[in-house]
Amino acid sequence: MARSTSRDAEALFHSLRSAYVATPSSLKIIDLYVGFAVFTAVIQVVYMAVVGSFPFNSFLSGVLSCVGTAVLAVCLRIQVNKENKEFKDLPPERAFADFVLCNLVLHLVIMNFLG
Amino acid sequence: MARSLAGFLVLVLAISICEAASIFQPISDSHRSAALVLFKPVDGSFASLEETYEALRTFEILGIIKKPDVSTAACGTMSKVLSSSSSTPKDLFVALRVNSILKCKINAEVFEGIISRLQAAVSGASSLLDFYYSIGSLGLIKDRTSNTDVHLSDAEGIFRSIKALSQSDGRWRYSSNNPESSTFAAGIALEALARIVSLASSEVDQSMIGTVKNDILKLFDSIEKYDDGAFYFDEKVVNVPEHSGPLSTSSSVVRGLTAFTTVASGSLNLPGDKILGLAKFFLGIGIPGDAKDFFNQIDSLACLESNRVSIPLILSVPSTVVSLAKKENLMVKVNTVLGSKAPPLTVKLVRAYSTSSKDTSIIENKELSFDTERVVYFLDALPDSVDVGSYIFVFKVVLHDFEHKDVYITGTLTHVQIFMTGLIKIGNAEIAVLDNDLGSIETQRKLDLAGENAVSLPANHLQKLRLSFQLTTPRGSAFKPHQAFLKLRHETKVEHIFLVGNSGKKFEITLDFLGLVEKLFYLSGKYDIQLTVGDVVMENSLLSDIGYVELDLPEAPEKAPRPPPQAVDPYSRYGPKAEISHIFRAPEKRPPKELSLTFLGLILFPFIGFLIGLLRLGVNLKNFPTSSVPATFAILFHVGIAAVLLLYVLFWLKLDLFTTLKTLSFLGVFLMFVGHRILSHLASASSKLKSA
Repeated sequence: MARSTSRDAEALFHSLRSAYVATPSSLKIIDLYVGFAVFTAVIQVVYMAVVGSFPFNSFLSGVLSCVGTAVLAVCLRIQVNKENKEFKDLPPERAFADFVLCNLVLHLVIMNFLG
Repeated sequence: MARSLAGFLVLVLAISICEAASIFQPISDSHRSAALVLFKPVDGSFASLEETYEALRTFEILGIIKKPDVSTAACGTMSKVLSSSSSTPKDLFVALRVNSILKCKINAEVFEGIISRLQAAVSGASSLLDFYYSIGSLGLIKDRTSNTDVHLSDAEGIFRSIKALSQSDGRWRYSSNNPESSTFAAGIALEALARIVSLASSEVDQSMIGTVKNDILKLFDSIEKYDDGAFYFDEKVVNVPEHSGPLSTSSSVVRGLTAFTTVASGSLNLPGDKILGLAKFFLGIGIPGDAKDFFNQIDSLACLESNRVSIPLILSVPSTVVSLAKKENLMVKVNTVLGSKAPPLTVKLVRAYSTSSKDTSIIENKELSFDTERVVYFLDALPDSVDVGSYIFVFKVVLHDFEHKDVYITGTLTHVQIFMTGLIKIGNAEIAVLDNDLGSIETQRKLDLAGENAVSLPANHLQKLRLSFQLTTPRGSAFKPHQAFLKLRHETKVEHIFLVGNSGKKFEITLDFLGLVEKLFYLSGKYDIQLTVGDVVMENSLLSDIGYVELDLPEAPEKAPRPPPQAVDPYSRYGPKAEISHIFRAPEKRPPKELSLTFLGLILFPFIGFLIGLLRLGVNLKNFPTSSVPATFAILFHVGIAAVLLLYVLFWLKLDLFTTLKTLSFLGVFLMFVGHRILSHLASASSKLKSA
């Protein structure tokens, strides 16, 4: 039973990986970026857990900066993905412009909140 | 109760003040010692020649022998002023006045030069002060040198030009183009006119002197009066900068009047009460604290004492308190204003009456005996009807020689308030504790209020405390003192004051503790009893501790008033306040620096991972535009983003929100423009690629 489960999982991973290889490299870059942002946020949360939340606004702005930019990157990925029929008419350049603008606004707020 | 008592005391005081007739004491030794304090030379000389004159003149009048020696310094300054050709008539006048007292050695040639200059100044003078100083200087030189050359050839002309400045009300103007008239100027003018008369080479027309006498009489119509009989002159104009105040004005007039009456023949019918009133005004000032005022006072009094019109005599009472117990006599002195001896005279006591009953006189028409040794008049025997209390004595001074009546003025009647004091008999003093319902005496103690007492009485809230005593005057009548209080003081320093009432001779107070429990704040325990009996005329006023009463009062109910907090020591109010220590919030605990730096390094790992990932994915910049225009826009786009991010960093470090937003709006517009250009270029390139 256990062996079959592990084999199933292995098979599942294989299929996922083979499917992911087919993903366009531009989307892979975005995935990588999201991963980078999320890991940075996690490190900050760990730091907070170790040290304490004293300059709480600084902690919040650091984590929210990472999380916010990750969310925006996910949005960009949705819009850029050609599989999504919903955004078929939307050129990827337009989506990138939105991403840049949103990031600038987000970081203005973050900087204001950083203290 | 205490408030009504205070009101009563104020009323008594007010009555006694209203009734009190002011007594004016002549100049005495206290003035002499004050003069030495006020006129104190610094390093052997006074600040100015004017001050030197004022000091020397004051010492001369008061007859002070042990005066500071300033003659060397003053003579030096004076001869410098006299020999200098740039000295004004005022400087010369001040210097010559000093010389008139010090009598320094001055060369005759010096005077010769001055005389001709002064005579030129007199004929060229136009204002009153110019006349006053130059004529005054000439007069002083004449007094000093008895030089016959010193005279005024056109005395009548100068007299007329000064007289032209006089006003219809007797006051003078300072100059013909100054419309304001002044009382002070009148005094100066009179002095100058007197000098002219004495300096004139020929007799001055009597009719002119007559008109000036008329002016003096008019001037005395404008004299002002205080309630106590003092008369004074005051300036009516407002903007007189130099000489202001009733003292300097009155003293100027007195000086002028004296100088003029000395030279003018014939009598001047000035009302005697006004001259006496002026003397009272100067004496009423007491001892002025200012050297100038002091000089004015003393100099004016000297003028009044030596004037030819009438010399005021001042009746004074050395002590207004007469003790009946010591059988003291009432003494009266009559002196001139400067305290010298009066001519032979008799002092009559017209009447004396009690301040409480004005209509009944206790003494009438009694002549005072004269003690030649002490130079005082005294009332030898008081009638038996005189009891303790305050009285008004009315005196009259009668001169013996008929001739003196023209020379001296004594005033009509002098009212003086005299306090007759004596020992008050205190009798039948006792303190008792009574039962409330029946009024029967529980304990009773006799008291000797003049001596020591130490009674101790127990009492509870159902009982009463009664204190009674009798007060009789030496003549046996009832006496009602100003103050009669009973004070109860608890161990906790809470005090209660009760007014002791009287009926006839008997003073009695009954404290019903049942009604007082609330006032006593339900405080049981020892209460000290203190009795105060006091009056101005009571020689044996007392403040006596009688003993204590041990009170047993019921427990205080819930809502009973608390005793007031005891007054803090008034001196502690001015002491230093407790120091204020500021408490700051303790800073939050910071993590160790190493830990923070480690995590900063850790943050870099995802970034490195991101870069490695990018490399493995085989990211390239092949899509970067190659043609120059889009490439420029692409570079500008990236530079723009970098600039915005840099701006954010600056915002975090030092800029404020407004500056940031302003800069951001410009950068944003730029970024939008280049971003739009490059992205649309890329879009069109990719769509071309697709269609191809």
